[in-house]
Amino acid sequence: MALLETVNIIKRFGGLTAVNKVNFRLDTGRIVSIIGPNGAGKTTFFNTLTGIYQPDEGRINFNGRMLNGLRPDQIASRGISRTFQNIRLFANMSVIENILVGMHVHLKQTPIDTLFHLPNFKNEEKESELKAEELMTYVGLKGVGNELAKNLPYGGQRRLEIARALAADPLLLLLDEPAAGMNPQETEDVTRLFRRIRDEKGITILLIEHDMRVVMNISEHICVMDYGEKIAEGTPEEIRSDSRVIEAYLGRGAVAGQHEEKIA
Amino acid sequence: MIPVFLKDIIKRLEEGIYPYVIILAHMVSGTALVYTSPRSNLAFLVLITSFFTLYYFKTDRRFKLIVGVVLTLFIFPVVGVRNIFYLEVIFQISVFAALALGLNIVVGFAGLLDLGYVAFYAVGAYLWAFFGSQQYYVLHFAPGTQPSNLPFLLPGDAFYLFMFAAILIAALTGILLGTPVLRLRGDYLAIVTLGFGEVIRVLANNLDKPLNFTNGPQGITPIQRPTMPQSVVEGFNALFGRIVGHQVTPADMYNVMFYLLALAVIIVIAFVTRRLDDSKIGRAWTAIREDETAAIAMGIPLVRMKLAAFAVGASFAGVMGVLLAGSRTFISPESFSFMQSIGVLSMVILGGSGSIPGVILGAATVTILNLQVLQGLSLYLSQLRQSDAVIPIINFAWANLSTQLDPAKYQRLLFGLILILMMIFRPEGLIPSQRRKRELASDKDGDKE
Repeated sequence: MALLETVNIIKRFGGLTAVNKVNFRLDTGRIVSIIGPNGAGKTTFFNTLTGIYQPDEGRINFNGRMLNGLRPDQIASRGISRTFQNIRLFANMSVIENILVGMHVHLKQTPIDTLFHLPNFKNEEKESELKAEELMTYVGLKGVGNELAKNLPYGGQRRLEIARALAADPLLLLLDEPAAGMNPQETEDVTRLFRRIRDEKGITILLIEHDMRVVMNISEHICVMDYGEKIAEGTPEEIRSDSRVIEAYLGRGAVAGQHEEKIA
Repeated sequence: MIPVFLKDIIKRLEEGIYPYVIILAHMVSGTALVYTSPRSNLAFLVLITSFFTLYYFKTDRRFKLIVGVVLTLFIFPVVGVRNIFYLEVIFQISVFAALALGLNIVVGFAGLLDLGYVAFYAVGAYLWAFFGSQQYYVLHFAPGTQPSNLPFLLPGDAFYLFMFAAILIAALTGILLGTPVLRLRGDYLAIVTLGFGEVIRVLANNLDKPLNFTNGPQGITPIQRPTMPQSVVEGFNALFGRIVGHQVTPADMYNVMFYLLALAVIIVIAFVTRRLDDSKIGRAWTAIREDETAAIAMGIPLVRMKLAAFAVGASFAGVMGVLLAGSRTFISPESFSFMQSIGVLSMVILGGSGSIPGVILGAATVTILNLQVLQGLSLYLSQLRQSDAVIPIINFAWANLSTQLDPAKYQRLLFGLILILMMIFRPEGLIPSQRRKRELASDKDGDKE
């Protein structure tokens, strides 16, 4: 079943068409990557999915309902969580608070519960705190709950962003260049983490990534974008040998055989 | 910056029974000083700062509570009744502390720079000014032409009811003003709120026609106060009459009452602020302040949460407005100028935006600087001016000093300096806000690894 489906979506900025008639289908429980040269429209595509931009044309269906016209927070509460290309944590909040913010859509405490610390409030806070700690352990951030997010090392911040996104119990997790700036060891660790998230939690993952080791290693399906258009789609093997992809990355006239390994 | 031996001394003073001794000594000496020299600003400063000694040192919570209660409920009122100017200063500190705490929710928590906060204060004040005076019967008269001996619309005791009504009305005003404004970010929001603040003031100034709602620039007076039972005055006299040294009048008791009401409002605000801060709502506000885009991607409805912050902040200002109208019995648009908004904002920034004790400290500092230090300097200068004193070397006679150099006129300079210096040297404020430390099971495990 298609969890997410876009039909001919177009997003223009003035004269520039950043996303052009993209048809995309993502089935439940898969790990899919979007790749493409810089400026190909990948992040714009993400932003259109999450409601930060409204598509100018086309439809987005998610979990059987249309997302067009919804605000980002409404889309988030329907089960799409994301991380950002340039980490966007709540820098001056503690690690655990960042994760608690991620649970926002699930918390049912009313202002009255909050003001008078009624049992509803206390139980919910206790439970969410425990759940947040579990998530911290899950992504490998044990014992830093009271640190401010800005004081974490870079890799820790990336992990925290993932934990925050997971806190919302999403159906679909969008990861925007999650391995950017990481060393090979860290990259390998987060790659393993993504696979665990899918296998253990059953969360569908869609990621944008430039690091081809990650992409080829983890993806079951790859979608290639260039100049706002989807130029190819397929399994890693198919993408590796697709002449349009090689052309997009290396320019017209490049000899396919020579550059295959560079992409891979 | 501080020499090592001084640090050692301070550290030693924070242990054992020293904090208790220091707090009590400070409080008792302050009280004694004020008691022996009831006109001295300095003595009063010693007394009022004892409140912050109490805050600074770590002691048993019950001890803090008891000393706090003694200070605020007994010493301040009694000292204040002896010299009504002190009570006025304490009252103003309380009013501004409450306002600053309200603004703190908007600016400190949600990060929405509101330069027109005083508008909500005005709404509360005019609410009671209209219903608690004869203004209802003046609706069809131009200012100054109404007949005398008009009746009052409501009894004075409706004041208490209006303190609660103001919460609602001001919150609604907040939502009304906020709805078109809060889609804007940062600088744009600041400018538009500034505009709205002025709109409310200008409305108050001009709403004397076609129907005379606000009596225009002349303002509304007299505004009723709740009744003061004779027994309260007599009781106070019987208890403290001998310490005060003169017969306490109902007017004195009114001042005490409004101070206590302001205190009660502060306690409620501080309580509400703390509870909200440590909940889904407060975390959402902080998240919005930190990063709007990330916050909305986490499912936080931006506009609704911002409106909530605006409404909560506004409602506190509304209550204080009613209190102001009651205590002053006179309200005019002048009380709600842009300068007031800036004043409250500078208190929040000085104290530490987002921090409850910080904001109270900020309010106290700015108010004391304004009412006591600047005016004390003015008084001193005018005394010098009247004397024959001469500045030696340059041979300048104090008598020739221009009256333009009256420090009391330099309130704005003071606000400006505070804002600039704080931004440069301590942008997080005197008492920076701190995230709550949670007791986490995983922390203990983490230590072992």
